[in-house]
Amino acid sequence: MKQLIRLTVNDREYEVGVDPNTTLVDLLRGHLGLTGTKKGCDLGDCGACTVLLDGKAVNSCLVLAVQAGDRTVQTIEGLETAQGLHPLQQAFIEKGAIQCGFCSSGMILSAKELLDRSPHPAEPEIRRAISGNLCRCTGYQKIIEAIKDAAR
Amino acid sequence: MSDYQVINSRLPRLDAPAKATGRAVFIDDMSFPGMLHAALLQSPLPHAHIVRIDTSKAERLPGVKAVITAKDAGLVRYGVSPARYDETVFCHDRVRYVGDEIAAVAAVDAETAEEAVGLIQVDYEELPAVLTIEAAMAEGAPQLHVEFPRNLSAEVHQEFGNAADALKASDLVKTTTFKNKRQDGAFLEPPGCIAVFDLDGRLTLHSSTQAPHYVQRTVAMVLGLPVGKVRVVKPYVGGGFGIKAAANTGELAACLLARKTGKPVKFNYSREQVFMLCRARHQFVHRMTTGVKKDGTLLALQHECYLDGGAYSSFGIATVYYAGSLLGGPYKLPNMKYDGWRVYTNKPTCGAQRGHGGVAARAAWEQQLDMIAEELGMDPIDLRLKNMMQAGDVTCNDLNMSSLGMRECIEAVRNSSDWASKKGRLPKGKGIGMACGFFVSGAGYPIYRSDTYHCTATVKLAEDGGTVQVYSASAEIGQGSDTAFGMIAAETLGVPLDSVRVMSGDTDFGVDLGAYSSRQTLMTGHAVKEAAEAAKRQVLDALAEELKVPAADMDIREGRIVFKNGPVDFSGIRNRYIKEHRGWSDSPQEDFLTFREASRIAYLAKGTIVGTGKYKPPLLGGKFKGAAVGTSPAYGCSAQVVEVDVDLETGRIVIEKMTDAHDCGRAINRTSVEAQMEGSLAMGMGEALFEEVKFDDRGRVINCDLAEYKLVTALDMPPVEAIIVESDEPNGPFGAKEVGEGAIMPTIPAILNAVYDATGLRIHELPLTSERVQAALKAARAKK
Repeated sequence: MKQLIRLTVNDREYEVGVDPNTTLVDLLRGHLGLTGTKKGCDLGDCGACTVLLDGKAVNSCLVLAVQAGDRTVQTIEGLETAQGLHPLQQAFIEKGAIQCGFCSSGMILSAKELLDRSPHPAEPEIRRAISGNLCRCTGYQKIIEAIKDAAR
Repeated sequence: MSDYQVINSRLPRLDAPAKATGRAVFIDDMSFPGMLHAALLQSPLPHAHIVRIDTSKAERLPGVKAVITAKDAGLVRYGVSPARYDETVFCHDRVRYVGDEIAAVAAVDAETAEEAVGLIQVDYEELPAVLTIEAAMAEGAPQLHVEFPRNLSAEVHQEFGNAADALKASDLVKTTTFKNKRQDGAFLEPPGCIAVFDLDGRLTLHSSTQAPHYVQRTVAMVLGLPVGKVRVVKPYVGGGFGIKAAANTGELAACLLARKTGKPVKFNYSREQVFMLCRARHQFVHRMTTGVKKDGTLLALQHECYLDGGAYSSFGIATVYYAGSLLGGPYKLPNMKYDGWRVYTNKPTCGAQRGHGGVAARAAWEQQLDMIAEELGMDPIDLRLKNMMQAGDVTCNDLNMSSLGMRECIEAVRNSSDWASKKGRLPKGKGIGMACGFFVSGAGYPIYRSDTYHCTATVKLAEDGGTVQVYSASAEIGQGSDTAFGMIAAETLGVPLDSVRVMSGDTDFGVDLGAYSSRQTLMTGHAVKEAAEAAKRQVLDALAEELKVPAADMDIREGRIVFKNGPVDFSGIRNRYIKEHRGWSDSPQEDFLTFREASRIAYLAKGTIVGTGKYKPPLLGGKFKGAAVGTSPAYGCSAQVVEVDVDLETGRIVIEKMTDAHDCGRAINRTSVEAQMEGSLAMGMGEALFEEVKFDDRGRVINCDLAEYKLVTALDMPPVEAIIVESDEPNGPFGAKEVGEGAIMPTIPAILNAVYDATGLRIHELPLTSERVQAALKAARAKK
């Protein structure tokens, strides 16, 4: 039996019917077409599906869609404004922090959560904040440089 | 400063904005109208006869559109190397590992397909399994493939010079045995694909692959289609590292199901299935005996290696050759004997992974070289410098070091790490270590025997002259190749990078062997450069005709036409251009003739301007059996210094700093070169400290997820100093060569040598988990 939920995604309100076992990542990618959120393991291990739920970074594969009811979700698609890219997006591009790009959406959102609560984090804080986001390409070096740069 | 306008700079990658904003489309982001979803039935047993397969219940499940087995797929044998085509799409008489594929289902959604797979009944007659190299090679061991007796997938026996005599003549002879563990590629994006047949029987396979060309050929062969009717298109790919360099069963099953149903069919590997697909780094057991003179001169290496191959061959023949041939350099080694055996076991198949075949061998040998240096009372850096080859040297196995900045790399890391004040002077528990390595810039020969070009490229100019379109079938999988080729085309044509649009990863765009063996920068780079030169020549020729100025007296730089012998009146061209584009807002106003106007004139004179390029290496290497593996037009090389802190109670290792210098020839994009170095170090560090695919005694992977298969996180990774050393490689486009794989070579041995410096322990088995190090520390204390 589908359940009707209401949620706000990237400042837009949605009303959708979901199965009780539908995960938030599948709701975002499948039902809402927000494929910028990636699915790397579907087990909560890799962090590629990280989104902000009421401002907190969560693995959207570990959140049921119904749990997101009446709450606010921000995905990578919601970071740009009329003024352009978010400073983190800009820094990731300029510092070479992106290789295959599969971890980038989740990585940027984990970094955003950090900068939202701690605008000028020290390096250990940055490393801790993205420690749940695996990257197999970069060795994290340029990602950390990009986050430092965006925090400047 | 650089004489170049575009290359050798730090321009942002062309694909970065799409990837930073979630716009980049990966395979699982794609769908087609009416698309079906596939699931695979995989063996739960490591070794068994298939007695009976009953698919009737699955077929009756509502929503199921097709169920296929070997009966539908046929028994066409395929694989990576034609010498070892030992796979079929589905098993028909026997399964050989937990995960071996038996059937596939296409259904209206993935859940229904999975449910149907569960309804297929297979009766097995279980056979004894061999799960280790020793068990597989034992007398009377169960055999995996009747046509490959003694479970030998491949064996290699090579000798250059006379190692036995040279060892007798040596002042010091050292023997050690070293073991790494099976790796998983652990790219963030599990592979997936969508197969679409059109009504004329032409197949388009969209796939997360790093080698569209090889996939195209395998699919055509297995489905019995002409190659020209198969198109493979690669969307953005979330990493590959070697594992995605060959056709997988998911791709073949999706194609077969699409043909049977007439609908597009999608298949995605789950993370667990990625571990069963494997195709990643083998487990190697190396036994090496090295002989040196008192002064440290290397005389000989006698080397035996055993590889745990898993159930099929995949890239394994090349792997077992590489494991020997990649020790031919970068040191002068006059005598080398190598015997290698790749053994079939009832486990998922291993293949190629970053540093193909050479990583464990390099780790084993570079640690042994440090042991030798210590016994001789030499600094390990001095031992290496004493034996170092130079540009122009040829190894005993006929690898030509046409450029080699190895000495510069060593000096760079020695200085940057402050080696002299640290080596042997750090407090107990802290250590510093170094190592070197080298790698091919592209395999000298294709995987199948052929005179094919290794790559072709096309550069096409838009009719308004504003955009340069670069087409190749090369594979951007995250390493930055599209950007490198855009930069090479821009530099060659004399235009800024933002005038260039790069399209790649589509077999309709030409032939390209793909992203493996670190080949694309050098090889595809050559083809793109040649194509851009051809386009440029046509523009200048048309301009010469128009302006009555010899083409040789003109050039193109930074998007403008340069007249070498003073100003030329180009007002006629300007007027024509403006007249043809009435109402357009971007008429050329510059006080120079633009590339845009010039290429418009060329179009008006000759039609669409198309330049083509191609590349294949000249005949390389020696005449002996297996001489092809290890040959390359050029070799990248690197040196690393690693600093560690070892907890002498718990055995926990913290890597505190890594300093890496890599000779990549001319760096096309400096940021991308560093990025490859940093990523290589992270992967090497993971293999050194944590990564191991583990099995239970029933051949099942017990850590088939990214929680228990431990990758390096941002908390583990130390600061990395990446130093680019540039040599001018005569065989590379603009002097460029590889970085993507060579940079991993020194990482593991540098860590091993640093751990020794910190603890006094030589550990010859990976990974260096706290448990293993603590046990070694305890054993050493007990001995005292």
